[in-house]
Amino acid sequence: MNLLLAIDWALLIEKLILIAIIVFASLGIALYTTFAERKVAAVLQDRPGPNRAGPFGLFQPFADGLKLIMKEEIIPNTANKSLFILGPGLAMTAALMSCAVIPWSSHIELFDRSIDLQIADINIGILYVFGVVSMGVYGIMIGGWASNNKFSLMAALRGASQAISYELAMGLALIAVLMISGSLSLKTIVEQQMGPGQLWNVAYQPLGFLIFFICAMAECNRTPFDLPEAENELNFGYHQEYSSMKLGFYLFSEYINMIMSSAIMACLFFGGYDIPFLNESTLAPNVAAILGVLALLTKIAIFIFVFMWIRWTIPRFRYDQLMNLGWKTLIPLALVNMLATGAVILWHQG
Amino acid sequence: MQALTNRSKAVSRKPMSFMEKLYIPAIVKGMAITFSHIFKKQPTIRYPEQTRPFSPVFRGLHVLNRDEEGRENCTACGLCAVACPAEAITMEAAERLPGEENLYREEKYAAKYEINMLRCIFCGLCEEACPKDAIYLSETFAPANFTRKGFIYGKEDLLIPDPKTEPEAYAKARGKDAPTTAN
Repeated sequence: MNLLLAIDWALLIEKLILIAIIVFASLGIALYTTFAERKVAAVLQDRPGPNRAGPFGLFQPFADGLKLIMKEEIIPNTANKSLFILGPGLAMTAALMSCAVIPWSSHIELFDRSIDLQIADINIGILYVFGVVSMGVYGIMIGGWASNNKFSLMAALRGASQAISYELAMGLALIAVLMISGSLSLKTIVEQQMGPGQLWNVAYQPLGFLIFFICAMAECNRTPFDLPEAENELNFGYHQEYSSMKLGFYLFSEYINMIMSSAIMACLFFGGYDIPFLNESTLAPNVAAILGVLALLTKIAIFIFVFMWIRWTIPRFRYDQLMNLGWKTLIPLALVNMLATGAVILWHQG
Repeated sequence: MQALTNRSKAVSRKPMSFMEKLYIPAIVKGMAITFSHIFKKQPTIRYPEQTRPFSPVFRGLHVLNRDEEGRENCTACGLCAVACPAEAITMEAAERLPGEENLYREEKYAAKYEINMLRCIFCGLCEEACPKDAIYLSETFAPANFTRKGFIYGKEDLLIPDPKTEPEAYAKARGKDAPTTAN
């Protein structure tokens, strides 16, 4: 009984509501990202894109989702059943878990409480993100292995090796940012960029951002790094044997990954919920918080557009080109960037 | 070896320069091209709302014609069925009874007239063969259907609306390029 009383119930409820809002908002945004992908692809190719379901085709993602749910659920005879079901679930979980540490905005004041718009401000936030993102590759690996299909297995192998190669360069590019900010907490990194007279980290780390951006694209399995699901050589790769909502989960987790990596890039390099040329401390805290959310969402939307724009411009890499780029170009560049940043910091300190 | 045309070009095999090896300028160039396509005019015709204009001689779905008083032109002579290279037309003739003069123009008429739209090749030979101007091809094409049976068009599908009772529907079915007079 004492134990129950000791729990801060208000905090628990507050966090539960926040989690529900953020998870459902992420799912909703991911739903419309699929729609945006089709529209962007269409517009870049001089087509109108989906425009039949609802006004301007706005109900298209719901129609797609409904179609996926209604489809027959097929588990191949020779597949490993439990792993086959675990794969898409793991991919989805790993994709959604990274939203826990993203600071969506400062704090709002409601019912005499100051509510942080971040599920958990842990002091190793960025490490947590890396850990969770690395788990995402298990979704691909397990799915490809359990399908018991040579194409799926090849795709899973490719996906795993790609994820491992590009995570290294990504981590090295990140170290340079961490050297500047001196903190692993995403909230601290964002607030440092918000201070008066402070520039966004991209001004200090343009090369680091470029490397991080390329690696993020590779981590999300987006074109030109979509080797694990190369349609024309591997028949859709690791999710070839999947049908119905299990396939939907895989496709969906890809879009959620995209949103999360956009959010992390916005936080690390583009000031998170910072509104450029505006001092947020002059505004009422609630107004500033809401404007901050909108600013972050705008940045995410711009990143997602750039992801799509790149997808519909650049053809896929060959496997050896992918490995060359990762190991022989990005990792040395990231190392040089890291050393140069360290040297400049030392020089500044005196 | 002698070149067949003067359009052949020598392939440049010189190694890439540093800027070319960076790839980024080329990628930026490519992305500028795709971005410029956002502002291009789309050639798409949004089909059910917009239709492409057909030529005046377009041969579409068949129409069984009536005269100005709303009487059926067809006398079930069978010339269209004979002319049809795809053997898509079948008909059964019947004799006009007293009191039916306002329905059928001549003493004989088609009691049953069917065209199988899956067999029809829309060549228009039935239109040419008809001595009574009773059949012609309109400007619409056969809509999709769920069953094969649905493509066998009977008299109720083919017959033009009565110009006396439904003049608007009649004018619409005739189309703007239809012959202006019966006979």
